[in-house]
Amino acid sequence: MLFMRRSHSVLPGFGLALGFTLAYLSLLVLIPLSAAFARTFTISWEAFLAHVTAPRVVASLQLSFGAALAAAAVNAVFGLLVAWVLVRYRFPGRRVVDALVDLPFALPTAVAGIALTAIYAGNGWLGEPLLALTGVKVAFTPLGVFVALTFIGLPFVVRTVQPVLEDLEKELEEAAQSLGATPAQTFSRVILPTVMPALLTGFALAFARAVGEYGSVIFIAGNMPLVSEIAPLIIIAKLEQYDYAGATSVAVVMLVASFLLLLLVNLLQWWSRRYAENRD
Amino acid sequence: MSIQVAGVSKHFGAFEALHDVSLEIAPGELVALLGPSGSGKTTLLRVIAGLEVPDAGRILFNGDDATDRRVQEREVGFVFQHYALFRHMTIFENVAFGLRVRPRALRPGEPEIARRVLRLLKLVQLDWLADRYPHQLSGGQRQRIALARALAIEPKVLLLDEPFGALDAKVRKELRRWLRRLHDEIHLTSVFVTHDQEEALEVADRVVVVNKGRIEQVGTPEEVYDHPATPFVYEFLGNVNVIESEGGRDYVRPHEIEVTAGPQSGSLAALVDHAVKIGPVVRLEVSRRDTGENLEVELPRDRFDRLGVETGAVVWLRPRRSRFFPQSAPHEAKIA
Repeated sequence: MLFMRRSHSVLPGFGLALGFTLAYLSLLVLIPLSAAFARTFTISWEAFLAHVTAPRVVASLQLSFGAALAAAAVNAVFGLLVAWVLVRYRFPGRRVVDALVDLPFALPTAVAGIALTAIYAGNGWLGEPLLALTGVKVAFTPLGVFVALTFIGLPFVVRTVQPVLEDLEKELEEAAQSLGATPAQTFSRVILPTVMPALLTGFALAFARAVGEYGSVIFIAGNMPLVSEIAPLIIIAKLEQYDYAGATSVAVVMLVASFLLLLLVNLLQWWSRRYAENRD
Repeated sequence: MSIQVAGVSKHFGAFEALHDVSLEIAPGELVALLGPSGSGKTTLLRVIAGLEVPDAGRILFNGDDATDRRVQEREVGFVFQHYALFRHMTIFENVAFGLRVRPRALRPGEPEIARRVLRLLKLVQLDWLADRYPHQLSGGQRQRIALARALAIEPKVLLLDEPFGALDAKVRKELRRWLRRLHDEIHLTSVFVTHDQEEALEVADRVVVVNKGRIEQVGTPEEVYDHPATPFVYEFLGNVNVIESEGGRDYVRPHEIEVTAGPQSGSLAALVDHAVKIGPVVRLEVSRRDTGENLEVELPRDRFDRLGVETGAVVWLRPRRSRFFPQSAPHEAKIA
């Protein structure tokens, strides 16, 4: 796999297409992001460290990344389950459920945030019985942040896993069973490894979306400093105080951390499809 | 191990896939289930395997009722038309799968697994592919690996669903001869499904002809070909001329018609419309002079050359062998 492959392709123009891709990505992604870096470099290393190690910033980064990872993990499990049910079973209202999955995509995030807050607040439909029965508060706590991030991340996992499950031949399961595998073994040794690359993609997308999420979280989070304040909110707050250097410092940390995490997921993904075609 | 199918019926919604099917398979036999698509032959195989639950009837293995046993407990090796190999596992791991999923107490140790897998890979002559992945193999190789994988659990019965159906003609022929030789070596009770009559007649000890969820005839390849029990078997196994006669129909194979240049007792006149030479045989398309009915006749090339007839000539036909089926109730003509 080098840059150029000497073969005739149906659509010519590799050079042109690559050039366009690079220009497009530069305009949309690289230039704005490097502006953030450039801004950070205007301050000294000590000032940068002071900005990003302030207790409020550290707490918010921990909350943002922790809740996003937890939400993506939960979505990976339950998104797989939802996709499985949608693919494998025929039941009345299946199309409606299928359409419902996309709703978190389409809903303005503020609407989602307000709705979730209303339901999970101490006097809400779900919040009140939950508080009375278990003493657990959801709204205005880190748990609320986690709930909102789970909500917005669900479609990513379902929609990436669904087509792979649809292509999964039933014969593979039957073959495993005829060889003596229990249902649990069939799932862990045959089905899961096959959907793993797609599941990791879904996880990465859900995580990426959750880390940067703002609109749906700020209502339910309550935004208490050191407790339920997310990193994007810190950035907004700093911008409102004209602290551009501080804001971009936090942004750079988020960028680098997100990039490293996504890179890790990509490596995992590459490893999990090591058996796939054209690798020799 | 012997297999007994007793009165099995199976519906899919309103569609009746199997109607009161009974069948006995002796230990060590290689049996073909032969029929057109949708005849229920694959359903029958899957019921034997435990992949489908019958609506009625029992499946007995060596006389023991296995109907309620799950597929995991039946100790059957199943080979699928499209191989169903695990694509994320190497060939070695595919074959080892059945041993690795055993409960700990029954699982062989790692050296024993390796020894058994390599022995099976040698048996299917593909031991040099052990660390490849399925997508790097040809169709014929994949199917042999699927067979090795099924044999790894030391099954009591081997069931093959259209095992050569996805392969090209040349590989098909090679592989089915190879399967026959393999069966002669290991003597495992085997049942395979096919819609290819040539395949069934060439490979199987006995052929079960299935149509519309019922068994039409069971017999050796010679029996079903030479003495078809029903009009369906006649038409499904090779070409046949159907001649209307009083109260029913006569069935005559094209090569069982004697052709002469002049009249003989019991012969009838026909006009030669076409003569197609196919290698060593010549196929004549003729029409009867009395009724205009079209018939097909096959005769050896040298016989045709000695006859010295051309298109448009009149020849005389006499069936060497034919079979009469009364018009009504074709199923009553079945030989028990």
